[in-house]
Amino acid sequence: MKKLINDPDDVVDEMLDGMTATYPDRLRRLPDTQVVVRDDGPVDDKVGIVTGGGSGHEPTHAGYIGDGMLDGAAAGDVFSSPTADEFEALIGACDAGDGVLAVIKNYEGDVMNFETAIELAEMEGAEVESVVVDDDVAVEDSLYTSGRRGVCGTILVHKVAGAKAAQGADLGEVKRVAEKVVDNVGTMGTALTSCVTPEKGEPTFDLSDDEIELGIGIHGEPGTERTETMPADEITEHLTEAVLDDLDLDEGQEVLTIVNGMGATPQMELFVVNRRLQELLGEHGLETYDAWVGDYMTSLDMAGASITVCAVDDELKELFDAPADTPALTTK
Amino acid sequence: MTEDGAAAVAAVAAVAERIEAERDHLTELDSAIGDADHGGNMARGWAAAAEAARDLDDPDTGTVAKTVGKTLMSEVGGASGPLFGGSLVFAAAELDGGVDAETAVAFAETYLEKVEDRGDARVGDQTMVDALTPAVHTFKKSIETDDLPPIEALAKAVDAAERGVAFTVPIRARKGRASYLGWRSVGHQDPGATSTLFILEELLAVAADRLGVDAPETDATSPTIPDEDPDEGASEDD
Repeated sequence: MKKLINDPDDVVDEMLDGMTATYPDRLRRLPDTQVVVRDDGPVDDKVGIVTGGGSGHEPTHAGYIGDGMLDGAAAGDVFSSPTADEFEALIGACDAGDGVLAVIKNYEGDVMNFETAIELAEMEGAEVESVVVDDDVAVEDSLYTSGRRGVCGTILVHKVAGAKAAQGADLGEVKRVAEKVVDNVGTMGTALTSCVTPEKGEPTFDLSDDEIELGIGIHGEPGTERTETMPADEITEHLTEAVLDDLDLDEGQEVLTIVNGMGATPQMELFVVNRRLQELLGEHGLETYDAWVGDYMTSLDMAGASITVCAVDDELKELFDAPADTPALTTK
Repeated sequence: MTEDGAAAVAAVAAVAERIEAERDHLTELDSAIGDADHGGNMARGWAAAAEAARDLDDPDTGTVAKTVGKTLMSEVGGASGPLFGGSLVFAAAELDGGVDAETAVAFAETYLEKVEDRGDARVGDQTMVDALTPAVHTFKKSIETDDLPPIEALAKAVDAAERGVAFTVPIRARKGRASYLGWRSVGHQDPGATSTLFILEELLAVAADRLGVDAPETDATSPTIPDEDPDEGASEDD
């Protein structure tokens, strides 16, 4: 399989250097690490917001570093958790003395490495809290997790926690709003093709031309169901119904939605999906407060999409509306 | 270098050598129930740890333990990095006042506590805890209740770990990647419990060597596991 890379062993390193070269006035890399932080950080009088995880999900994670969102992010190798010492360096670099919130996606390696780093940072006197995002409604246990996986809903946690921190809220308040998102968000995805990791160079799973996989994660791990391919409207119905079943929202509830491309899906198709998604929300008596469409959390070159629905109240709406200025997401 | 510090550096070198020798064995165990990376990851991590320990200037045992823990944490990766390495960093603090029977027990207990908490695993989940818990409890009892010399307590701990490794075979995995296999995990020896045993065996061998005594006989008798290849049941003697 053709890839626009040099050596698979260098791909993360070269990507990070490329990112800082693209945004030299915004992003800076901590020496001898795969940690990227705000160039002007740590920001005084503000809780630091940090995250991290395997690479291959770009623009997640470093793409969301900036005003109103993240202060820094640790990048692991492709689909592998960063190590605890990298998370520890990240926390230290983003702590201006007002505490740090770690946003962790629910994968065993991410959770254990981040928790170890948090405990080490606390031994050094840092104040650190964490939230674990587990928005994937498709599976209870997967190849990489106990419990549900953390996927695209994590971006909404970054946004809300980042906005709250930018307003000068204390660590407890920032954690509270982050957890509010975690409690009110659900996601489900589908793959039309597998992704190809740089290391392996071939599809992670076989999917024939007339099959799709429902309930996929973001690492090429298998989904919950393999079916014959269907028109976009039907696929959208499967994903939406699964998410809404899980969230069990009252009629009239306002929601923020994301149609997220998995890396190799044309925007054209994402908009086709969003068209049907919005119709379905109407049929369920739900009101769309905001609809996002784009590549927010990808799985390398997988073709497919995920649908995220987050119930919002006045507090969350205000935080979603608050300014953010990052390479991958801007709100004015 | 303090005598204890030198022994600790030697012990880390011995563990690294042993894990390298067992690399394929550990990989084989892991490929049956996981992602076949335990042997390679542990061998890489311990080789780096041995090098880091060797480079220390006149370290005490606590410093060696902390350095090894930090190195494992950054080199092993995955869940094993925080479990084997992170736990060691925290436990190392118990050795700040020097190594004696009392601090050794505190070290072992803190290590176990961190592994249990981080992995959220208990005995019977088919994890490294199945080897570590009986080893630590036996070590503590041998020192505190039976008043045995530390070297004999360590030998008893190795026995207990060996039984613990055998115990992982007939049970079902409830934590770690093997747990996704559900009942299919039954009949497989846990790689993390196995590498834990190898580490303890090398600590015992080095400690005995330093004391100029033969390592006390370990006398674990594995429970009989029906329909299992006996070679897979207990640890390998090599």
